[in-house]
Amino acid sequence: MRPEMTAAPVETGPKSSSERSALARARLLRGLLPALSLVLVLLAIAWLNPRAISYFGFSLMLNLAIPIALATIAQMFVIAGNELDLSIGTFVGFVGCVTATWLKDAPLVGVAILLGSIGVYALLGALIHLRNLPSIVVTLGMSFVWQGLAILILPKPGGKAPDWLLSLMAFKPPFVPFPIIAALLIAAVVHFGLMRTSYGVILRGSGGNAAALSRAGWSLLKTKVVLFALTGLFGVLSGMALIGITTSGDANIGNGYTLLSIAGVILGGGEFVGGRVSPIGAVIGALTLALSASPLLTFMHIPPDWQVAANGAILIIVLAARVLISRRER
Amino acid sequence: MASLRLLLAKPWIWSFIGALLVWLATVAFTGGYGGGGMITAALSLAVFTVIVGVGQMFVITLGPGNVDLSLPANIGLASAVAMKVMDGNDSMIAVGLLAALACGMAIGAANYLLIWALRIPPIIATLSASFIIQSIDISYGRGLQIKPPPGFADFTNRQILGIPVLAILTVLFTIGAAIALQRMIYGRSVLAIGQNIRAAWLAGVNVGRIRFLTYTLSGALGGLDGALLAGYFRGANVDIGNEYLLASIAVVVIGGTSVAGGKANVPGVWGAALFLVLLLTMLNTFGVSAGVRLLLTGLIIVGVITAAGGQKALR
Repeated sequence: MRPEMTAAPVETGPKSSSERSALARARLLRGLLPALSLVLVLLAIAWLNPRAISYFGFSLMLNLAIPIALATIAQMFVIAGNELDLSIGTFVGFVGCVTATWLKDAPLVGVAILLGSIGVYALLGALIHLRNLPSIVVTLGMSFVWQGLAILILPKPGGKAPDWLLSLMAFKPPFVPFPIIAALLIAAVVHFGLMRTSYGVILRGSGGNAAALSRAGWSLLKTKVVLFALTGLFGVLSGMALIGITTSGDANIGNGYTLLSIAGVILGGGEFVGGRVSPIGAVIGALTLALSASPLLTFMHIPPDWQVAANGAILIIVLAARVLISRRER
Repeated sequence: MASLRLLLAKPWIWSFIGALLVWLATVAFTGGYGGGGMITAALSLAVFTVIVGVGQMFVITLGPGNVDLSLPANIGLASAVAMKVMDGNDSMIAVGLLAALACGMAIGAANYLLIWALRIPPIIATLSASFIIQSIDISYGRGLQIKPPPGFADFTNRQILGIPVLAILTVLFTIGAAIALQRMIYGRSVLAIGQNIRAAWLAGVNVGRIRFLTYTLSGALGGLDGALLAGYFRGANVDIGNEYLLASIAVVVIGGTSVAGGKANVPGVWGAALFLVLLLTMLNTFGVSAGVRLLLTGLIIVGVITAAGGQKALR
């Protein structure tokens, strides 16, 4: 990405109040765009199939939204530090395999493996920082590692989720479906941690201006390790949530999550460089993707052949809308 | 001695040394049996990675964030287009190749159109494009069971003295690519953009045109690769290009090209492609399971990139 693409517009001089309010409106619109696209998808679903807008309908349509949202948040942390994790999908699959085998049969070993894998993520962050390695390649290599480990743990699809996890994911609160509550909770917790605490500012600052942060005496090694460990943590949560829903494991179960999580972060208003990310946006982006992935397309009677294309088209449309709004911002 | 030190300073030498070590390990394991055949097989398979790797290399050299994720979908669609146009007919080989090239170029041009018109990061643009291309391929290539024309299948498998003809042609092509990169205005412009896009623009480089050409070139090479793969593996397939997403990026980086852009290395692409193919052959020869093979491949990629070390990032 070119630096000038992400740089804030330069103030060229005093602006009239009407111009300024137009600018503020455009900024607000840009901030609301992720939510707007979610509302649009919801409206389309409501129009195509009114019965889907119900407690039961949402529980069903948003079935996989929790693991997708968690994987998107995981990806968001590395993107906040100007890195990219191409291994999150196979990592989610690996966690799923551990959850469906060790975590049920020998919980202590299972917990140790999962904590260890978060440790591996932290070490990767340190390695990437110390040796100045491109994260794309390191995580590309790691994607093979996780997949290999997953296949070794669970050569054939199978295993079973621990009972407590099954009952947690099958939780049916009154009035509001569980996926929506979970999404709100995830968004609120991460938003508070990353956007409202002082160390959250430092973490985002490491993506915004690493040199300045380092001059101010903050350890860039530590920020990178923390960001990667958080990615590992949310990757673990995503894999566990996924197995809680599907009830059994499969080494390839998470493969699609790599691209889905990147798309979710970008749909949610995040940018690849500059530490500009939004946890709430990322969760909304993940929900939009989860909804538009299959329910919307099924209701629109789009043949399965073209569902992938429709996903691509939705991404392009949202990004085009963002460009139109940003142009007004200038 | 001085020349040896000069050679060791080349960033691409390590990938060749790696390939050699892997080959020696395998030959030692088999007790010297099949060493020559292994090189022939490695050359035939490495060709496909080298072709897309060179395209990916030019794209990555444009600077951070530039990467073509649509290559697998592109390869899949082009393989179907080539097989349909050739229709098993020897006289249509050239037309089929041209059709695959045109298909790839159109995809590359569309990629750049998205990047330019929507001002979105190339990763997302090529990703969204690849979703759409994939659907077109699924719909267009459904139940496609056209065999390549016999002449074309022979050509992609032909060898001279144990060296695949395709490998010889690809070596010539990579020499051309190296000249284009280091000695021609186009290549120098790509490098300049990768080093500092603003400085390149101020120096009068037509940034838009060079980036457009580069994405189109990458697309065209993907299309060509699809046609050749369909010939080599006797038929088109939606998934035929899947492994080339990771492979194309991996060979570029292992080969010594900077991910931060502005520094490219053509010979390294060959070394890295041979290294990856031979690595797979070695693990297969050792008879390890699929899980261990993936695990070791990953660890070795991470190990190699750690040993090779990162350059000072330009950003």
